[in-house]
Amino acid sequence: MKSLEDLREMRKEVEKEMQTRKNTNKPKVIIGMGTCGIAAGAREILQAVMEEMDKRDLDIEVTQTGCIGMCEKEPLMDVKLPGKDRITYGNLNKEDVKRIIVNHVINGNVVDELVIARLEE
Amino acid sequence: MKDTIYRSHVLICTGTGCVSSGAKNIKHELQDELADNDLKNEIKIVETGCHGFCEKGPIMVVYPEGVFYCQVKEEDVAEIVEEHLLKGRIVERLLFKEPMTEESIPSYKDIDFYKKQHRIALANCGKINPESINEYIANGGYEAAGKALTKMTPEEIIKEVKDAGLRGRGGGGFPTGLKWQFAFDNESDKKYVICNADEGDPGAFMDRSVLEGDPHRIIEGMLINAYAIGADEGYVYVRAEYPLAIDRLQKAIDAAEEIGLLGEDIFGSGFNFDLHIKKGAGAFVCGEETALMASIEGKRGMPNPRPPYPAEKGLWGKPTNINNVETLANIPYIINEGSDVFSSIGTENSKGTKVFALTGKIKNTGLVEVPMGTTLKEVVFEIGGGLTDDKDFKAIQTGGPSGGCIPEDYLDLPIDYDSLIEVGAMMGSGGMVVMDDSTCMVDVARFFLSFTQSESCGKCTPCREGTKRMLEILNRICDGEGKDGDIKLLEQLGEHIKDTALCGLGQTAPNPVLSTLQYFRNEYEAHIYDNKCPAGVCEELASSFTINIESCIGCGQCVKVCPVDAISKGDGKYYIIDEDVCISCGACAKKCPVDAITQG
Repeated sequence: MKSLEDLREMRKEVEKEMQTRKNTNKPKVIIGMGTCGIAAGAREILQAVMEEMDKRDLDIEVTQTGCIGMCEKEPLMDVKLPGKDRITYGNLNKEDVKRIIVNHVINGNVVDELVIARLEE
Repeated sequence: MKDTIYRSHVLICTGTGCVSSGAKNIKHELQDELADNDLKNEIKIVETGCHGFCEKGPIMVVYPEGVFYCQVKEEDVAEIVEEHLLKGRIVERLLFKEPMTEESIPSYKDIDFYKKQHRIALANCGKINPESINEYIANGGYEAAGKALTKMTPEEIIKEVKDAGLRGRGGGGFPTGLKWQFAFDNESDKKYVICNADEGDPGAFMDRSVLEGDPHRIIEGMLINAYAIGADEGYVYVRAEYPLAIDRLQKAIDAAEEIGLLGEDIFGSGFNFDLHIKKGAGAFVCGEETALMASIEGKRGMPNPRPPYPAEKGLWGKPTNINNVETLANIPYIINEGSDVFSSIGTENSKGTKVFALTGKIKNTGLVEVPMGTTLKEVVFEIGGGLTDDKDFKAIQTGGPSGGCIPEDYLDLPIDYDSLIEVGAMMGSGGMVVMDDSTCMVDVARFFLSFTQSESCGKCTPCREGTKRMLEILNRICDGEGKDGDIKLLEQLGEHIKDTALCGLGQTAPNPVLSTLQYFRNEYEAHIYDNKCPAGVCEELASSFTINIESCIGCGQCVKVCPVDAISKGDGKYYIIDEDVCISCGACAKKCPVDAITQG
């Protein structure tokens, strides 16, 4: 530690370790983890989200929710950007997750053909 | 998968309180459950320091949601993993319930106990892993030290601390900046800084919690302190009864040394600083600064007359600056935020916040940090949740064995250094014991005096002999053998000891007696002249219990709990107590389902 800049460099590197504990207006990804969701493969969807998070160094909040009654459309995943509508995507596979993360979460463009519901802010 | 990103962090409090209520077993159980459910790579377990809410331990906080689970047991862990961590459903039954409203509160931010606090010294406690320097730095740690060492002169730092209005948090309340100035002004080839972590007040544990929960904050505070006065070596004097605090502090020192935050040429500023831990053997008097230094030097822990003050001739005869743990914990905040931000909190002459250890007959016991000027009522009823069993408030004891008891009339008193002294108590290190109407004030005074009496080092006569004689009188009063003139004698002795004892221990030892005499004199009089203990605590004086035969339903539960078989069946279906046998323990009254048993 030979200067204040060294400390700030180090802080940048280690901040990731704490990001899950700082939930200030982050993009939220919510995965349906009811029994129906899990049966339809929600665990793989969740893992795919985490892989993308890791690969692209994303600071987002990943949480789960229970069954919302649209079991035949599972696996379901919601994306809620700060100040924007909450978008529900359904019938997802791992490839879809990648598209949603890149287009919607990172660039803010909703992937219309996968949307099954929209909850206005 | 990289090891830094996890979707969820589960924080388990492993402060001393939660460890003793089983936090370690919960951690192991959680590790097993995460492995079984294949969640190890998604969820990180973080051990933290004390959250302050020890009453509700073991405590677990789940992020990103910030859900606060309390009194978690090993058998609850599987449900938390299955329901919350896997399916995202909060386990309602483990949430905190607000004592006043019975409402379940998921996020700790919304719990009254936390909502009304303002955390500066405890800001990181319970939020970061104290054994990880990375987490401290990620939260902005060592930024203040970096700023101080590379961008500020010692004079500027001292001015900042003076302007902030920070006063010593160990009890004395001496202006910290001024103390630093004295140490700075004394030129010498060698100077020392010492952190006083010899926390000895019964019931106080804020220093322990800061050391256990955020040790780097103390290192950072001392680094700034040492640079400001021109010291290159420091000691943390911590009692050996705090093994976890010592362990975590040592790990923190090692980690700071490893990346060059301790040692030579820190931040490239040319400033060197080495830090050592000195374990104290647990004598209360070693919290007094001259006794503390004697102890570090390997001598018997006894105070010396001042002057010379430590700033002039301290450790090994060199200028020395001694600060309490909580005082040092405020320093990084002052340097980062500026003295104006700090001094905007608090009252005219007491700036910032104070940590209190809230205990006694209160629902939410634990550590609370509130702005100076918060009223006793807010602390007891809003943060503390009121008294247990909704009993009537009688008094609050502040300042530990050096403090005093404050009666109900002063509940609206804004707490600061001066207001507490005005009513005959003191801030002390921040102990707060809440008492209800079942507390005997003479007995309380006796308890605290017996503590200081046995901790008296014996060097000066007023303290050694005086406290002994006072305790004898109190014992006699509690045993029902009080004499006319005892009260006057207590007052005389108390005033003499205050005026003539060598150190702070002796000078404040009579306070619990004098303040209870001031506000609860009638209780002393009842003991001496009426042979009665109004609260029914002093066994020799307690009147026996009686059963109201109109209300008694004849269930017989009282018979089973009576330890001396004083209760027998009366003529009808009711029971009666033999007054001659009854020892007034009150066990029957507690058990009675219809409150038919009363005392006197």
